[in-house]
Amino acid sequence: VTAASSTRRRAGRRRGRAGVSSKGEGRFALLLLAPAAVVVFGVVLYPVARTLVVSLYDVDSPMAGSYPFVGLGNYTRVFQDSAFYPVLGHTVYFTLVSTFLELALGIAVALLLNAPLRVRWLWRSIVVLPWALPTIVNGALWRWIYNGQYGALNGVLSSLGISHGQHQWLGSPFLALNMVILADVWKNTSIVAFFILAGLQTISSDLYEAARIDGAGAWRAFWRVTLPLLAPSIAVVLILRTIEAFKVFDIIYVMTGGGPASGTQTIAFYTYLQAFSDQLFGYGAALAYLIVLAVFALAMTYLRLLRQGRLAGVE
Amino acid sequence: MTFTGPAGPHATGLTRRGLLSATGAAGLGALLAACGVGGGGQKGSAGSGKGSIRALFMKQAGYSEDDIRQMTASFQKANPGIKVTTDFVSYEALHDKIVAAAPAGTYDVVLIDVIWPAEFGSKHIVADVSSKWPDSWKHKMLPGAVATPQYDGTFYGVPWILDTKYLFFNTAHLKQAKVDPGQLDSWDGVMKAARSLKGAGVTKYPLVWSWQQAEALICDYTQLLGAFGGRFLDDSGKPAFNQGGGVQALEFMRQSIVDGLSNPASTQSLEEDVRRVFSAGQASMALNWTYMYGLADDPKQSQVAGDVAVLQTPQGSSGRPGVNGSMALAVSAGSQQQAAAWTYVTYLTSQPVQDKYALSSLPVWRSSYDDPTVVKTNPAVVPQAKKQLGDLILRPQVQSYNAVSQALQAEIQNALLGKKSAQKAMDDAASKTSSMLAS
Repeated sequence: VTAASSTRRRAGRRRGRAGVSSKGEGRFALLLLAPAAVVVFGVVLYPVARTLVVSLYDVDSPMAGSYPFVGLGNYTRVFQDSAFYPVLGHTVYFTLVSTFLELALGIAVALLLNAPLRVRWLWRSIVVLPWALPTIVNGALWRWIYNGQYGALNGVLSSLGISHGQHQWLGSPFLALNMVILADVWKNTSIVAFFILAGLQTISSDLYEAARIDGAGAWRAFWRVTLPLLAPSIAVVLILRTIEAFKVFDIIYVMTGGGPASGTQTIAFYTYLQAFSDQLFGYGAALAYLIVLAVFALAMTYLRLLRQGRLAGVE
Repeated sequence: MTFTGPAGPHATGLTRRGLLSATGAAGLGALLAACGVGGGGQKGSAGSGKGSIRALFMKQAGYSEDDIRQMTASFQKANPGIKVTTDFVSYEALHDKIVAAAPAGTYDVVLIDVIWPAEFGSKHIVADVSSKWPDSWKHKMLPGAVATPQYDGTFYGVPWILDTKYLFFNTAHLKQAKVDPGQLDSWDGVMKAARSLKGAGVTKYPLVWSWQQAEALICDYTQLLGAFGGRFLDDSGKPAFNQGGGVQALEFMRQSIVDGLSNPASTQSLEEDVRRVFSAGQASMALNWTYMYGLADDPKQSQVAGDVAVLQTPQGSSGRPGVNGSMALAVSAGSQQQAAAWTYVTYLTSQPVQDKYALSSLPVWRSSYDDPTVVKTNPAVVPQAKKQLGDLILRPQVQSYNAVSQALQAEIQNALLGKKSAQKAMDDAASKTSSMLAS
């Protein structure tokens, strides 16, 4: 008993000394974390909290003032807004099509870049160029390419003898939406390809060798070895690209301004119009929160699918 | 000190729970701090009349960036106690930049469009300067200019860019197609001329317009609505553009596309696109602001220099009113240097400064149009402007103008693209805008 008591006392003294020391170190750690915390709270948390508060009021001016509290009124108003549903449709279409195309093309490009090509570094540098281009520049570039009067696309089609008309690529709502998607795919496929390429480089060549010995061809090896092992990379890319595509704004702003006939307006663009052009800040804030919720739900769904191993056919 | 792995925080006494609690507390604090709604907003003050001020302008149309920098340099020379920083954004970004910058009082002077005084004035984004407006200005300036910064009898700035849309045409093209320019006095004549130009193979699409889903579309529509005798609102403030001239104007626009007389790219074009197409000789006629003349007739920037002529807007069944496309310089309500800002505004809008830069933008002052020096700066446009600037119509002066305009833009495009009849499109626009105008 005496020996046990003595051991407990010694342990207590050790804890005591460690406690004093850890308190000081804790304060020091907090001090070190303080600048980061200030930035995070100031730049992230405060605007997020303020937007939430604004979304509960009928704020119709950027200036300070007293505005009526409407509770969830701005949120319910979104679902009564007849202009919201077409905008939601455009956003979902943009997100699904652009993400699918970027993923499919990105995998194809990554497989090529992973192959033993000569001057592979050069190909990789070329592929990264579209992604390095600012979206605003990319939008302006494609707006010129699509121009019916003097655009390069009509010029190329004409010189190849495919078509000689002055096609208005941004002239009708649905066509314009698809052409904007194409411009977005051109830019973002490269980042998808690099994510996938990073995933591909973690796959051991032994697995392909084993598959080959088992009689699997290239196609079968791709489906049975490459794709399942790329699942984590694909999941990351899906989450990132879905979120980005759902929030698409800048390329729409530059290329079409939401037209023609509002056919390329997406939720983020509509939110911007409501908040800044029409100064309906409360309503705009509610729309912004709905975007966050939708993106969060999508991200959670992907993560759940990944955890359950359902992505890329992993059982 | 080195933190190693997950044991690190525990070893230093900074537990995960502690960190989360601290984060939660900070978050709650942020939430509470955020409970005031609206922007920060600060009350403006006159200031000392000296010091640094910041002004926001637009990049395109009217005075060029170089013009404004030169004017500002002259101002600073004359007023050494005031230093001015100038910023430029595209017209499409100007409104939103003013709104976003208002709470912080970033700008002391802002350029505002004729359609914004109702909104900016009622929301206290720009200052009421009625008491500073000399009575003499009301007579010395043209009526369209005096109306520009006004809402509900209050002045929210001083007019600076007085503009409307004129009909530009390519004299060589008309000559080639044997079209008499006198024909362009009416819209019927313009269409007849366009058919001749197309028939003669001079231009595939003789007309080009700025009909992109943007305010530019409403400007062109307004000019035609006026010519066809339409009105935006009736006397009780309800939409009236879905009746008579309002619908006829839209039918006219659509028909010109159907007949292949208007370039179908017009529905994706802004004023600068119109200028480029016209300057490339790919259109024979176009409506645009004054600034197009100087650029389209400049051999360095245009392939049709020397062949450019300008007329006042053609007449329709109800005359030839031009859209009031004027802009004003306003003092921000949140400026801490309102006195210095006002000095700068009065300098830029003064008659000698405006007369000097008349090639870029015509003066707001009545007597300038009889001044031979001003006429000499822009002999093609000034005589037309003298006739046109007395007959301008305003777009609706309502607080929710932007929302009304967006609804109209979308529905006008629906008709232009053949997705709806002109009547249906205008009825739908009227239905959407009724509630906006009521609120």
